[in-house]
Amino acid sequence: MIDGVIALYIFMLAAFTGYEVISRVPVILHTPLMSGSNFVHGIVLVGAMVALATADTTLVRVIGFIGVLLAAGNAVGGYVVTERMLKMFVLAGKKKGP
Amino acid sequence: MPSASTIQTLTQLSYLIAAALFILGLKRMSSPVTAVSGVRWAGVGMLLATIVTLAFMGASSLNLMLVIIAIAIGTVIAWVSGKRVAMTDMPQMIALYNGMGGGAAAAIAAVELYSGNEHNPVHLTMAAVGGFIGAVSFSGSLIAFAKLQGLITKSVRFSGQKFVNLAILLITVGFGFMVVSGVGADSGLPVVSLLFVFALILGVAMTLPIGGADMPVVISLYNALTGLAVGFEGFVLDNAAMIIAGTVVGSAGTLLTQLMAKAMNRSLGNVLFSNFGETSVAGGGAAGTQKPIEASDAGVMMAYSQKIIIVPGYGLAVAQAQHKVWELTQLLMDHGVKVRFAIHPVAGRMPGHMNVLLAEAGVPYDLISDLDEINAEFETADVALIIGANDVVNPDARTNKNSPIYGMPILNADKAKNVIVIKRGQGQGFSGIDNALFGLDQTRMLYGDAQAAVSQLIQAVKAAG
Repeated sequence: MIDGVIALYIFMLAAFTGYEVISRVPVILHTPLMSGSNFVHGIVLVGAMVALATADTTLVRVIGFIGVLLAAGNAVGGYVVTERMLKMFVLAGKKKGP
Repeated sequence: MPSASTIQTLTQLSYLIAAALFILGLKRMSSPVTAVSGVRWAGVGMLLATIVTLAFMGASSLNLMLVIIAIAIGTVIAWVSGKRVAMTDMPQMIALYNGMGGGAAAAIAAVELYSGNEHNPVHLTMAAVGGFIGAVSFSGSLIAFAKLQGLITKSVRFSGQKFVNLAILLITVGFGFMVVSGVGADSGLPVVSLLFVFALILGVAMTLPIGGADMPVVISLYNALTGLAVGFEGFVLDNAAMIIAGTVVGSAGTLLTQLMAKAMNRSLGNVLFSNFGETSVAGGGAAGTQKPIEASDAGVMMAYSQKIIIVPGYGLAVAQAQHKVWELTQLLMDHGVKVRFAIHPVAGRMPGHMNVLLAEAGVPYDLISDLDEINAEFETADVALIIGANDVVNPDARTNKNSPIYGMPILNADKAKNVIVIKRGQGQGFSGIDNALFGLDQTRMLYGDAQAAVSQLIQAVKAAG
């Protein structure tokens, strides 16, 4: 469905997007942002699910199972720690008042 | 049940929406005000893509059950560990979750390569490259995690290490070539397995020699690599969400890695291939002797100051002293002392690590300044209070060409009228470099755990009136 040159275009545009999104970030948000981008590549979960769904031998099932487990860990863990970190910034911002 | 092409369209549409939510989410995460909503937007995207995939992937009931069990186990483990981990241990948790992502990308590649259903040479190449990068990121991140967690305390270094690593890299690439081209397919060698084994070894071998002080850069690099691996596997699976999300993280992560390396005035190659720390004996040696001070005296000095700049470092994180520091700050401000926090870009184990901790304690942003904003102000400060920071205030970086950190921008704490350093012992810091600041005439050392020392300071300031 996604063919050669089109794929390259997607790749190029996504690369510029990532660069642009990050380039104006204040230093204080670098750690949460690294954590946030770590969460975003947790989308590997859908790939791992599809890979396991098509598995037809035991070996491939085992690898696929590990893949889904790891990917779920990446996505969920990435979300939990990012949210925890970012919530603190909101709290700190509110306390700033008089 | 809708037709196959409808399902295909629905799935692709949900991936498109997910990808858009990821980009918008990252964008919102780049401002403190919208940051929490940013990660939630991205979370909605992830949930949408996962549910649609689960509903429409058309797995046999056995495979479907396996998928659900695997997700359940992974979710529970990550949820519990993510909720429990202390803020100070965030860097290694990010490394761990990132390693899991890399491992998942490698697993997808392994499924594609072992099942042998893929014959398109472009897809085979993508699968092998993504699997290789994913496996390196997996084992490398685990080593980074182990180092930060204190499970591995030694940096393994030996002469000729670079060449050994280069050899491992070439062997891995060689097996990758065999996998893709089919050369040597009848040799009986399990080339796919060998590719993964050597990629895993490479990740370990690359990360072992890197000192703990450089770990943030390395974690960021592996984060970018995992993104790339996910992007490559996205090509193999024709999955636009993976291609876009993976590539966005790959490029954003690369930029972030460069920003971090630049903050330490080092190139990425320097971080990865130089044996940092080994040459530290050549450092100038601490001039002068370290002069201790009692907390009571330090407290009086601080209570009667006009302006104090606090420089937090990793010692503050280890001791979980952020709440006490904020208490001390409020107390001093009640005394009419002007207090500011100076954050070095690489203080702690990650850029922004200190900001996260201070935010946790409730310190408002406007008291916190970065290097460029605050450096001129040290000259007007009565006291620079260094809490568990070392290399980021080492004046050798400005003056001593033999110092391994020569050229790194530092906080000019040595320009303050008085310097109080809270430090656990007399030894060298994490990077093993002597610090000339500690021997200066105006410097006094307050030995002890950061939390205990700051508590004593609080008592002393209270006692001072």
